[in-house]
Amino acid sequence: MSHPEKSCEDPTMPPALRVSGLSKSFVVHAHGDLALPVLHDVSLAVSPGECLALVGPSGAGKSTLLRSLYGNYRADAGSIRVRQDDAWTELVGAEPRTVLDVRHRTMGFVSQFLRVIPRVAAVDVVAEPLLRRGVEATEASHRAEFLLGMLGIPARLWALPPATFSGGEQQRINIARSLIVDYPILLLDEPTASLDAANRDGVVELICQRRDAGAAVVGIFHDTGVRDAVATRIHEVLPPASPAGAPPCVAKPS
Amino acid sequence: MPDINMTEGAYNYAYLDEQTKRMIRRAILKAVAVPGYQVPFGGREMPLPYGWGTGGIQVTAAIIGRDDTLKVIDQGADDTTNAVSIRRFFAHVADVATTTRTEEATIIQTRHRVPETPLKDGQILVFQVPIPEPLRMLEPRETETRTLHALSEYGVMQVSLYESIARHGRIAKSYSYPVQVNGRYIMSPSPIPKFDNPKLDRSPALQLYGAGREKRIYAVPPYTPVKSLDFDDHPFEIERWTECCAFCGSTESFLDEMIVDDAGKRLFVCSDTDYCEGRR
Amino acid sequence: MSAATLPSPLLSARNITKRFGGRIACHNVNFDLWPGEVLGIVGESGSGKTTLLNCLAGRLTPDAGSVIYETASAGTVDIHRLSEARRRLLTRTEWGFVNQDAREGLRMGVSAGANIGERLMAVGARHYGEIRGSAADWLARVEIDADRLDDRPTTFSGGMRQRLQIARNLVSGPRLVFMDEPTGGLDVSVQARILDLLRGLVERLHLSAVLVTHDLGVARLLTHRLMVMQGGAVIEEGLTDQVLDDPQHAYTQMLVASILPV
Repeated sequence: MSHPEKSCEDPTMPPALRVSGLSKSFVVHAHGDLALPVLHDVSLAVSPGECLALVGPSGAGKSTLLRSLYGNYRADAGSIRVRQDDAWTELVGAEPRTVLDVRHRTMGFVSQFLRVIPRVAAVDVVAEPLLRRGVEATEASHRAEFLLGMLGIPARLWALPPATFSGGEQQRINIARSLIVDYPILLLDEPTASLDAANRDGVVELICQRRDAGAAVVGIFHDTGVRDAVATRIHEVLPPASPAGAPPCVAKPS
Repeated sequence: MPDINMTEGAYNYAYLDEQTKRMIRRAILKAVAVPGYQVPFGGREMPLPYGWGTGGIQVTAAIIGRDDTLKVIDQGADDTTNAVSIRRFFAHVADVATTTRTEEATIIQTRHRVPETPLKDGQILVFQVPIPEPLRMLEPRETETRTLHALSEYGVMQVSLYESIARHGRIAKSYSYPVQVNGRYIMSPSPIPKFDNPKLDRSPALQLYGAGREKRIYAVPPYTPVKSLDFDDHPFEIERWTECCAFCGSTESFLDEMIVDDAGKRLFVCSDTDYCEGRR
Repeated sequence: MSAATLPSPLLSARNITKRFGGRIACHNVNFDLWPGEVLGIVGESGSGKTTLLNCLAGRLTPDAGSVIYETASAGTVDIHRLSEARRRLLTRTEWGFVNQDAREGLRMGVSAGANIGERLMAVGARHYGEIRGSAADWLARVEIDADRLDDRPTTFSGGMRQRLQIARNLVSGPRLVFMDEPTGGLDVSVQARILDLLRGLVERLHLSAVLVTHDLGVARLLTHRLMVMQGGAVIEEGLTDQVLDDPQHAYTQMLVASILPV
């Protein structure tokens, strides 16, 4: 990663996600409108079958970038486009229903923490995205149970709400929920952070399967072992005050 | 009985002054033109208090003429105190013939019953009405009930019938049973027993309803459809008795139940005294 | 959460302004609501959110602006230009309104079954058994015991009354539901169950809704989009998770920062 090279997108496959000129600051009004720049003029592209790993020092803006791609954070400037229905859909400045549509059909997000919807059984939490897409209830439950099994969640926990689960168990519920639908684009924020080695391997396997099946993946992987296993390319995210001038996209040495 | 004295200082014909009669007649015309719709009118002070038939008396006073023959009944009887009083009142102030025979009357003023003898073209039935608004118990606000009638929003009425079935297993309302007139307005037929409701449907007679305290007049013109409200699976039914009238043997009329001694012996007797006498 | 690609919104608010005397309650509010969307309006007391809701639902006439609704089969209508008869019919069939105080949205003197059945009877249902069956069905869907069908709401707890109010509104299959603090004033555990119920119903029935609340947690759970109101004006709007996780306006930031941690 010591020699940044120019654009290294695979020219044979059109990108699934294309970001250009993305900039974002946080303005904290309570502290005299203090502006904290985080992202400056970020550009990247990810194609189906690729897994782009975001790397960089803590606080550099990796998570901010990921959340901005999902529309969870608002970009100040630039463009985030996803490939949908053979056309580009722009997400920056888009109407909420456009972003919701993209999230529903095209883009999945595994957050670092499961936002626990209280009192809903784990299997139902996982099955919900399928139900929303009109999959029949028993079918959706079966697929959810299968996925939970793959991720090592014991059957006795399936009917329980995840609020009382361990961090690792909650994270696996999170992952199952986001991966139960075959999204063309997957955004992963530290998906294995709270998992032990055995469960980590299961998740890595799952991510690789999706990637190889054609998903375009962008992720933050703290664990270098995980990163090496899933990523096909690296994108360096540097804090805005970084001296690096050249675009930080580097091909992963194979 | 002194004759009516039409000199100055005495009562105007039929007690009410001409302007008042004209006003009431206008209200009656409007009521006849919009069957079942409650027309407000300027009710006057009458020589008896509210609750004693002032509405019915004002309607009768507005329409009665010297050629009329008046019958007055109270719960079907010609001989109760109130029926007698009202009949004598009109005999004095309107100089009319009176009768107890239904077939002979041109105007029949009634409290809470419809005569058993079928009415004919040309007869007028004047009902005494306590509460003209059929929705009053369900919706206390006058502003709201007027709006409901205007917009034909009668769901609340159906709700009250549903509630009756839920609570009693059947529609338990046995008097003042709500009806729909001419497919439009929902009306209270006054506290007649539901037994009498079918008599209102397409009756050859003109029905006039007067409420003195509430100051409303409404009407059902002759041959107008009057349908009692119900549910498809709980259709409207009238009362039936296993007994017959102890005096005339009728099995078709509305029977009053009377306790005749301290041992609790019961007699069932026709409520309509004229009908009963006519059969004996 | 499927955002449809239909050509026209379900409900459009244009320049809604309402004054009470000299005081501006809400000012120049504009938005489009699309089928299947749940829009949250949040703000503190006096922000104008309830006034706005009442203007949208036809309960108050705005001083300026218009509310346009796309009916099921009769094209678009300007709510405040409709005859009172049509507007009242609309509110009883295609719309629902869940009041904060369930008593305002129920007939307290008649049974639960009669309450739920009323909308059906109002549009001509005349078979007692069928009406009762529909009412029982809905009672189950809002998780009230079947044997309470003939009980009056005066005998129900606050949470049960609220669920009954929801059932009473949904029985006519409305396309758009207005909710004014639907869980306000209820115990926390009761709130939670009702939020779950609402979430489930909105999803399953593909309802669109406009929900007023001061509780950002309720907004997070139930809404797709959020409008933040302050002093009668909409000062921020967007995707719910974006407004709550990345608030832009000073007031929104203050609101979000004020949530008590649990």
